[in-house]
Amino acid sequence: MSGKPRLGVFKFASCDGCQLSLLAAEDQLLGVADTVEIAYFLEATSRIQPGPYDIALIEGSITTQHDVERIKQIRADTHFLVTIGACATSGGIQALRNWSDCDEFVSSVYATPDYISTLATSTAIADHVKVDFELRGCPINQYQLIEVIQSVLAGRRPRTPVHSVCLDCKRRGTVCVMVAQGTACLGPVTQAGCNAICPEYNRGCYGCFGPAAQPNLVSLTDQFSANGMPREQIVNNLRSFNGNSPEFRVESDRIQAEQDGEQ
Amino acid sequence: MTDRVIKVTALTRVEGEGGLYIKLNGDTIENVRLEIYEPPRLFEALLRGRKLEDVPDVTARICGICPVAYQMSSVHSLEAALGVEINPEIRKLRRLLYCGEWIESHALHVYLLNAPDFLGFESGLEMAADFPAEVNRGLRMKKHGNQLLEILGGRAIHPVNVCVGGFFRSPRSEDLKKLLPDLEWCLNAAIETTKWVAGFDFPDFSCNYQLVSLANDKEYPMNEGYIATSDGESIDVIDYEKEFEESHVEHSTALHSLRTKTGNAYLTGPLARVSLNVNQLSPTARRLVDESSVSWPCFNPFQSIVARGLELVHAFEEAIQIIREYQPAKPSRVEYAYRSGSGCAVTEAPRGLLYHRYVVDADGKVVEAKIVPPTSQNQAQIEADLRKWIPHALSDDEAATARAFENLVRCYDPCISCSTHFLKVKIDRS
Ligand code: SF4
Ligand code: SF4
Repeated sequence: MSGKPRLGVFKFASCDGCQLSLLAAEDQLLGVADTVEIAYFLEATSRIQPGPYDIALIEGSITTQHDVERIKQIRADTHFLVTIGACATSGGIQALRNWSDCDEFVSSVYATPDYISTLATSTAIADHVKVDFELRGCPINQYQLIEVIQSVLAGRRPRTPVHSVCLDCKRRGTVCVMVAQGTACLGPVTQAGCNAICPEYNRGCYGCFGPAAQPNLVSLTDQFSANGMPREQIVNNLRSFNGNSPEFRVESDRIQAEQDGEQ
Repeated sequence: MTDRVIKVTALTRVEGEGGLYIKLNGDTIENVRLEIYEPPRLFEALLRGRKLEDVPDVTARICGICPVAYQMSSVHSLEAALGVEINPEIRKLRRLLYCGEWIESHALHVYLLNAPDFLGFESGLEMAADFPAEVNRGLRMKKHGNQLLEILGGRAIHPVNVCVGGFFRSPRSEDLKKLLPDLEWCLNAAIETTKWVAGFDFPDFSCNYQLVSLANDKEYPMNEGYIATSDGESIDVIDYEKEFEESHVEHSTALHSLRTKTGNAYLTGPLARVSLNVNQLSPTARRLVDESSVSWPCFNPFQSIVARGLELVHAFEEAIQIIREYQPAKPSRVEYAYRSGSGCAVTEAPRGLLYHRYVVDADGKVVEAKIVPPTSQNQAQIEADLRKWIPHALSDDEAATARAFENLVRCYDPCISCSTHFLKVKIDRS
């Protein structure tokens, strides 16, 4: 076809929310569709083309042996590979199985577990292949996505801020929910990108953008303990949409070990 | 007789990933399967032991296109378990939130996923070259639906403002009222949409459905009511698991639902909703029903697109009315105390009935969760319809045949991401 850069959008274990963010960028969508050739995007088009792809957007985590092979093939076909969202960058909420007995999980849900083939873990794309850029969020921010696509098209390396949600609250003028109401908030250790919406809606951040750069997790969880939150609850708060990201995982495992040691 | 296999390995323009497998031996149909191979994410299992307050945020992640539906069915179930009564303002806000979700979901399906089939395009984006005004109209409706979700929920995909008991904070009146001019534009656009899609060329194809939908004598059903069927039943939501039954089949990571008594399939979704609640539609939508050539109840799955058009009109009209009368809820959330118990609820997701049930303990933790999404309820019916569609779809051209089957599947707007994760089933491991 044209000499336009070829874009592929691929899905692994996920909810579709991140790829939908692209379709939700209503004002930019037709513009983007004009500058690239959409070579593979099952949710949007029946026109399916083989690689190579100049840019691949990868949504979802790896949970089956078949998907381990599939991501390797996509990597081989792709020039610049971007993972989009918590599932792809950390394993997503389905990575909670990593702390459980997966067989028991499967049999509690399906009557005939033998029909189901799934790995015992849900892992990030970067655990399997080289990733060129990771875009965070559950879901990602559509403006950040458009910016990333445009940067790559312009031959620039995409950049997204790595500071914490706290800074965005200050910028927005949102009163700190932890200081004012004693609400537990993961904002101090969570990467910005959502525009600090949870505190603006009167609740604590639950970490859906994953760890910020150099997060001071120990001092935050000490603060949670000092405010009377049971250890088990702190562990649960860290083990959510990005629970399997290294920083959150190390801290939740540390607290869990402390608790186990006391019992 | 020779075998013929028609395979669509990757269905396109649906949510999530699945395929189609049809095997014929001469004129005999040997096998018809809607294959759902998307990996399971095991939500019911991973909810166990977590605080009940986590449930609306976690279950939202089952589906990026209808997170509000998951949030609604989960909070209503948990409120039933805890004995929480919400106030009328919270009730209205929840309807408004649902209007936003129906709008973005239906606008996406009508314009980007389904209309291209009727007009012969590979995608809505390609259709935009020949139908720029229509596609832009669809995208603009979707955008304003999303804005409504953003004001109410903080963001359109996985909103953050819903909680057990209500909302973390009431939206500001001025933020909502600012949307009114755009929503009024959209109401007109939705009327145009309905007239446009009602004029499409529909195959002459009618199925002997049992239609199933929530119904409510006072309003178009969203969050509350009883379960009505086109056979005149009214079923209490509490009896859902007695009346509807799931089974697990090999070709699918989703469970099939059937009526317990008869073993028959049934259809839920916009076609069923409009058919069983046509008198509760908003005045403008009612008028369109009277003017249109499609008659209700409707048993032609291809005309689901008209039901979506009518629901777009209804959702915009109701949203405008709620915003005009809006008073912030005080309090924005109702307090509750933990107690052990169980509760269930059905709400109307864009794609149909969404059933949740939770058992919670006295510490506010989830003991058991059960979720039955609309697409797994429709799966058996979709397969039955595919069988019926075979004589219409079959030709010597392989690609055209596969395409004809795919066209039918897309009419149900199946959400495969939703259906891939399941309920707690007692198993015999002997
Ligand atoms: S990161 Fe969140 S929004 Fe994105 S696909 Fe995964 S569950 Fe959905
Ligand atoms: S405040 Fe935290 S949990 Fe809320 S949207 Fe932002 S990153 Fe996600």
